[in-house]
Amino acid sequence: MGGIVSPGFRGRRGAEGGGVKLPPGQYLTEDFPVLTAGPTPRVPTDTWEFVVVTEAGEKHRWSWAELMALPSEQPTVDLHCVTKWSKLGTSWQGVSLDVLLDGVDTAADYVMVHSYGGYTTNLPFEDLRNGQAWIAYKFDGEDLHPEHGGPARLLVPHLYLWKSAKWVRGLRLTDEDEPGFWESAGYHDYGDPWREQRYQGD
Amino acid sequence: MARAAVSGGLNRRLTWHAARLAEVVEETPSARTLVFDVPDWPGHLPGQHVDVRLTAEDGYSTQRSYSIATPADGTRVALTVQRVDDGEVSPYLTETLVPGDVIELRGPVGGWFVWRAADPAPVLLIAGGSGIVPLMAMIRARREAGSRALFRLIYSVRTPEDRFYADELRTRARDDMGLDVGYVYTRQAPEGWPAAPRRLSVADVNNGGWPPDFQPSCFVCGPTAFVETVADILVALGHDPRRVKTERFGPTGS
Ligand SMILES: Cc1cc2nc3c(=O)[nH]c(=O)nc-3n(C[C@H](O)[C@H](O)[C@H](O)COP(=O)(O)OP(=O)(O)OC[C@H]3O[C@@H](n4cnc5c(N)ncnc54)[C@H](O)[C@@H]3O)c2cc1C
Repeated sequence: MGGIVSPGFRGRRGAEGGGVKLPPGQYLTEDFPVLTAGPTPRVPTDTWEFVVVTEAGEKHRWSWAELMALPSEQPTVDLHCVTKWSKLGTSWQGVSLDVLLDGVDTAADYVMVHSYGGYTTNLPFEDLRNGQAWIAYKFDGEDLHPEHGGPARLLVPHLYLWKSAKWVRGLRLTDEDEPGFWESAGYHDYGDPWREQRYQGD
Repeated sequence: MARAAVSGGLNRRLTWHAARLAEVVEETPSARTLVFDVPDWPGHLPGQHVDVRLTAEDGYSTQRSYSIATPADGTRVALTVQRVDDGEVSPYLTETLVPGDVIELRGPVGGWFVWRAADPAPVLLIAGGSGIVPLMAMIRARREAGSRALFRLIYSVRTPEDRFYADELRTRARDDMGLDVGYVYTRQAPEGWPAAPRRLSVADVNNGGWPPDFQPSCFVCGPTAFVETVADILVALGHDPRRVKTERFGPTGS
C-alpha cells in the first residue's frame, strides 16, 4: 500500500528542498534539531579520551590533546535524520577515521560505537573508512555544543544521523554484527537514507 | 541506557496502515484529538508514537511523528495534534481532516520512551506543551492496569486554555490514588494562582518531583529547549541519567 491521497493536502511547495533532491520521506529544515534518548552528557576535554579496541583486544587511545594534534579536515555534508528532517551543507571540522585507524591492525568487519552516557550504535567497518567518517569537534567554526554531541561526535553523513554517535568515546571492532541502542529498539541495522532504511525490515 | 531494556514490539516489519478518522475531540482552540480506526493495528505501549504520512494529489508526500495519547485499545489509535501556524502537516490534521477521511500511519515506533504497567518504581512525568501526549498515555495506562505505582506529573503550559485533557486530569488527580498533577504557567496563570507566570525551575522539579533516592523513572517530553533544560535539572538534582528518558518534539535546536 502506498500513497493514499489526502484531499486538500498540497504540502509546502518547495518544501522538498527547492529543487534539491532529498532522500525519500525527508523534508528540509534550517534548524538543527536535537534528538536524544536522555539527558545531555557534559564531558570535559581534560578527561575525554577516544579508545579503539580491536577484535584481538588491542587498545589504541587518544587524549583530547592528541586528537587536536592530528591533521583535521573540514567536510561540508548533508545530514539526514530518521525523524524526517534533512539539513544540507553543514560544515564541520574533525579528524578522518582513516587517520585514526591507520596503524590499527584489524580484519574486523563490524564496529560498535560507544558514547559517554551509554549510547551505542553499530556499523559495517568499511562505512567508517575511505573518507566517509570523522570524529568531529567543530560545527560551523565553533566548538561542538554538548547538545550536538560535543566535545566530539562521530560523523557518518551517508547514513541516518543516529549512526553519527554523539559524545563518542570509542570503537569496538568485531567480527560479528551486533545491534546497538536504537537498532535493538527496532531501527534498521544499516540505515541508508536513500533506501529509506528506517526500521527493521525496510 | 542498557540495551536489554529496549523493545516495544518493534522487532517486526513496520508497514503503513490505512487509518480512518472516527472521532474528533477539541482539546484547546488550537489542538484536537483525532481518534482513528486502524483495522489491522498490532497494539502499542504507552509512550510510543506513529509516523503519519500525507500524500498530495500530485504525488508529493511528507511524514511527521505523533505520540499516541491512549493505551492500546483494539483498533483505536488516538493522537493529539497541536497546530503549528506555519506548519505543513499539523494545520491539515487540526483543520482539514474530517471524520471518514483516511490517512496513512505506521507504527508503533519507539521502544525506549515507554512505561510498563508491571514496573512498580515511582514515576515522574514532566511535560512541556504538547509533550503531555505520551505522558497522558502512561497516566491512562496506569489506571487501566490498576497499577499503584506512584505518579507525579508536572505540566508546563503557556496559559490555562492551552492545557490538554484539563477535565480528565482534574478527575484523575482526585480519583486515581497515587497520582499528583501540578501545573506551571509560563505566560498567564489562572485567576488566584499563587505564582506569577514563569518558566519551570529547579524548585518546581525539586518540590513537585521525587527525590533522586526514590529512584523514580523520569519521562520528560516537550519542545527541545524545554526537554534540554529539564533533563539538566534532573541530573543536577542527582537523578541517575539512565533513569531520565526524554522525547524531544523538535524541531528547533541550537
Ligand atoms: C517522537 C515525536 C512525537 C511527537 N508527538 C507529537 C504530538 O503528540 N503532538 C504534536 O502536536 N506534535 C508532536 N510532534 C511534533 C510533530 O511531529 C511535528 O513536528 C509538528 O506537528 C509540526 O509539524 P508541521 O508539519 O505542522 O510543521 P513543520 O512544517 O514541520 O514546521 C513549520 C514551522 O514550525 C516550526 N515547528 C515545527 N514543529 C514545531 C513544534 N512542535 N513546536 C513549535 N514549532 C514547531 C518549525 O521550526 C517551522 O518553522 C512529535 C514529534 C516527535 C519527533
